[in-house]
Amino acid sequence: MVRPARSEDLAQVIAIDATVTGLEKRDYWRSIYRRYGDSDHAGRQFLVAERDGRVVGFIIGEVRDWEFGSPPCGWVFAIDVKPEARQAGVGARLLAAICDGFRRAGVHKVRTMLGRDNTLILSFFRSQGMMAGPFIALEMGLEG
Amino acid sequence: MKLQKNTSLALYSVLEFAAAPDRHIAAAEIASKYAVSPHHLAKVLSELARAGLVESVRGVGGGYRFAGNARRLTLMDIIRTFEDLSPAAGDRHEPGELTPVGSALRAVLSEIDEIAKATFGSITLATMLRLIERQQHNAAAPRAATGGGPAGDARPRAKSGSRV
Repeated sequence: MVRPARSEDLAQVIAIDATVTGLEKRDYWRSIYRRYGDSDHAGRQFLVAERDGRVVGFIIGEVRDWEFGSPPCGWVFAIDVKPEARQAGVGARLLAAICDGFRRAGVHKVRTMLGRDNTLILSFFRSQGMMAGPFIALEMGLEG
Repeated sequence: MKLQKNTSLALYSVLEFAAAPDRHIAAAEIASKYAVSPHHLAKVLSELARAGLVESVRGVGGGYRFAGNARRLTLMDIIRTFEDLSPAAGDRHEPGELTPVGSALRAVLSEIDEIAKATFGSITLATMLRLIERQQHNAAAPRAATGGGPAGDARPRAKSGSRV
């Protein structure tokens, strides 16, 4: 079952993220929950996938207007599934649910951005039908 | 990144086999479909068989069949079987490449290569089969709307989905 995140889910979300990334970021996740989980903003979504009463995955995203010159569209900026719950369609259901929310918010395009060495998640988004978008990410160092 | 002819042929072939994993497909069928010489294709298929991606089936109705996992194998896995993509493979420097201009140009070309590698490495055969199916659907839709019916060419079709 996919549903909006509740404050009591936060500890499990933090644990899933820590398992996958190796870092426990409690303050970060509290601020994320305040912005996306505890918000009346129609375009902001923090969803969790629940199985047998336990959170096994989450997805977060929001509708952003005119960023990078783009008409309003949905952005997914976090998705994770417990390693032992993978290969069972949890990620696909989370993505489908957030896309439904974006449609209800009136947008018709969903985007995301991730590291090109993140093969696992890149493959997942590709498997769901995502293709390269019209943007190119750029960066530069600010030393000296 | 420009793929060599053998690599493209290997990708065509593997996708044909992966689309019908239970079927033995004769090399001649693929050679005819992609308008390549059977002799040339035989070398590619033999390399694919050596890599364990396909297996040959002897006797009447023989040919080759898919022997990999379409949800795990990526386009990059196939490409690597035919091309050496390690940095050392690109070390044949022309004199101009060692100048500041040449060095800057190499940095830009390297950016493009890295993006290409990430793209090939993130697309599984299962994802490709779904993409092919979508392309077929999109190509057939306008024809259906004008009464032309779906395309007759039997392209690979997806059998199973990838999941996270």
